[in-house]
Amino acid sequence: MTIASSSPPTRRPRAREDGGDGRLAAVFIAPALLGFLVFLLWPTLRGIYLSFTRFNLLTPAKWVGLDNYDRMVHDPIFWSSLKVTVEYVLINIGIQTVTALAVAVLLQRLTQSALLRGIVLTPYLMSNVVAGIVWLWILDTQLGIGNEIIGGLGFDHIPFLADKTWAIPTIALINVWRHVGYTALLLFAGLQAIPGDMYEAAKVDGASEWRMFWRITMPLLRPVLAVVLIMTVIGSFQVFDTVAVTTAGGPANATNVLQYYIYGSAFGRFQFGYASAMSVALLIVLSAITFLQYRLTRAGQTDLG
Amino acid sequence: MRFRTVMALTGALALSLTAGCAKGDSVGSASDTVTYWLWDANQLPAYQACAKGFEQQNPGLKVKITQLGWADYWTKLTASFIAGTQPDVFTDHIQKFGQFADLKVLQPLDDLDIDASAYQPGLAANWQGQDGHQYGTPKDWDTVALFYNQKMAKSAGLSADQLNSLSWNPTDGGTFEKAIAHLTIDKNGKRGDEPGFDKHHVKVYGMATGGAGDSDGQTTWSPFTASAGWNYTDKTRWGTKYQYDSKTYQSTVKWYFGLAKKGYLAPFTDYSDGANPPNVQIAAGKAATAFDGAWMISTYAAAKGIKIGTAYTPTGPTGKRATMMNGLADSITKNAPNKAGARKWVTYLSSNNCQKTVGSYGIVFPATPDGTKAAVAAYKKKGIDVTAFTRPVADKKDFSTFSFPITNYSADVYALMRPAMQDVYANDAPVSGLSKTNKQINFILGQ
Repeated sequence: MTIASSSPPTRRPRAREDGGDGRLAAVFIAPALLGFLVFLLWPTLRGIYLSFTRFNLLTPAKWVGLDNYDRMVHDPIFWSSLKVTVEYVLINIGIQTVTALAVAVLLQRLTQSALLRGIVLTPYLMSNVVAGIVWLWILDTQLGIGNEIIGGLGFDHIPFLADKTWAIPTIALINVWRHVGYTALLLFAGLQAIPGDMYEAAKVDGASEWRMFWRITMPLLRPVLAVVLIMTVIGSFQVFDTVAVTTAGGPANATNVLQYYIYGSAFGRFQFGYASAMSVALLIVLSAITFLQYRLTRAGQTDLG
Repeated sequence: MRFRTVMALTGALALSLTAGCAKGDSVGSASDTVTYWLWDANQLPAYQACAKGFEQQNPGLKVKITQLGWADYWTKLTASFIAGTQPDVFTDHIQKFGQFADLKVLQPLDDLDIDASAYQPGLAANWQGQDGHQYGTPKDWDTVALFYNQKMAKSAGLSADQLNSLSWNPTDGGTFEKAIAHLTIDKNGKRGDEPGFDKHHVKVYGMATGGAGDSDGQTTWSPFTASAGWNYTDKTRWGTKYQYDSKTYQSTVKWYFGLAKKGYLAPFTDYSDGANPPNVQIAAGKAATAFDGAWMISTYAAAKGIKIGTAYTPTGPTGKRATMMNGLADSITKNAPNKAGARKWVTYLSSNNCQKTVGSYGIVFPATPDGTKAAVAAYKKKGIDVTAFTRPVADKKDFSTFSFPITNYSADVYALMRPAMQDVYANDAPVSGLSKTNKQINFILGQ
């Protein structure tokens, strides 16, 4: 065993005279690299530069140093936006992850039906904007069918999207509804990678489903769960479209999430410098959270093998 | 060899793509096409008819009209200024004019020699920038009046004459508040002014909600604040100070949103721009009256199974009735691909000829007196009486009209006032808090 694994490769592939696969590799990488440079790296760098300027897009940018950051630190709407966003992320990710995990485990342990898996994914096939508008109609305080049902059951209508306490949880749940199937599918794929004989061995030892979940599923799913969490948290922090079509940040900034505030500052008020500064702040927050998550969940390591 | 083939293929693909793009772009910029944007779907047929007349007069020129919903319209327009894909001519709104003037994206139209006296008074002057240049040609005008469900009014014992002679004051609301209260019915059938009225379970509100009104209150609180003698800014046009800190303003707003606390005005939570605007509340029988603009006349008239009447805005403490008179204009973009064609099209749009055509559709009041006359006649033909909208403009003794606020930084004013007004309406925030918002606004204006 040890001998086999430590024995050196019998022959190193000789470098070919025509330069090998390098050039062909470059061709294959080029589209992605070009996309990365043009649509990611350059805009990021330019955004960071613009955050130090006063810029309305139509006239040349004017260097103002740290003015935008100074304004941001003293802007109560920025801080309330950040708070609202965090509140949204906590509700959205909390409920979404637990539900998705439950659905994924049920899919793995109970049924292998492709039809069921398809049904679970259906809401994800809808665009965020369409989902937002449909829920806006369903949940309308006065005329929505959802509230008509609540009224028919003898309760008062609930202003789901029009009241400051209800609005953020409602938007968070709308997005849970849309994304839970997709998240469940990612987790389900992770579960498929857990060898079935582990469950068989546990069963022989008389372990309950509950115990198997905590002792086998959770530890072995951890790396996948961590990556899914990192992805969904980043996506969640960038919530925009659902807010834009359902509440437009109202009532009284109660749902003015950071992305929406940034958008409004840039494309509503043409303050691209200030919007860039807030985007940089969001970038820093997201980088920090991702780094922490990565470290805390040891997403790069697996307990398998 | 293979490598070169790949490169050649990629190159060919890239070339064909760019060629495709160039072709797509040139449709808008060709010298024989004028691109024109508007937001009101109701008006599309009227302007298509105008375009036909224009094309007959100018052989070789074609007008390409694009209609987009209100919200998308402005998003797309601002994006188009940035991307350089702007239309040659677009329908402009006073609320956005200040910002476009700031951004210098409009073409001065002084050489078109707009004759201000050819239009209803004040319409041309509103489109003059601070630099003295004209940036829009008047196309239409609108005022605000009270739409009401005739059946509900009748069963409340309110005649058309009574509804046309209401007055209000910030102390007890006057006959206007009495009428609204009487039109309100709770789920037990009790009216708003009867003992035992349950304001938490209202079946029909006396007045529909149109939201918190943002910075202008056009179809919400502005008929009241104006008839109380208040104005948005220190000057009619291009004022340098807003006056949301005025006692008159704040007491009026307090009284107005107080109607919701009494159960007469539908609560803020019932309003939704996308799902439940005032005309839907009226059509659904959830409200008896709603303030709304002349551009909505045909929409209200089309409500199924409901007969709608219209009444003047109520007389206020000044002894006059007040209604916002707003007018749209056609503007040419500064980087219009086809400026020569745009000029011709705008000249035609502002002509009596085109405005009479538009008027004959009975969907909007064109800016020229003849166009207005044609519209009134067309409405009449459809059985719609529009006196509540036209008389305020003609009768200066009993009515006063006022304009949207036109200032610099209008987008910032909107962004600050919108949540502040929502806070008062939805969260019961004290109106005195508006003084702080006003201070922020005036600080921005003073920059």
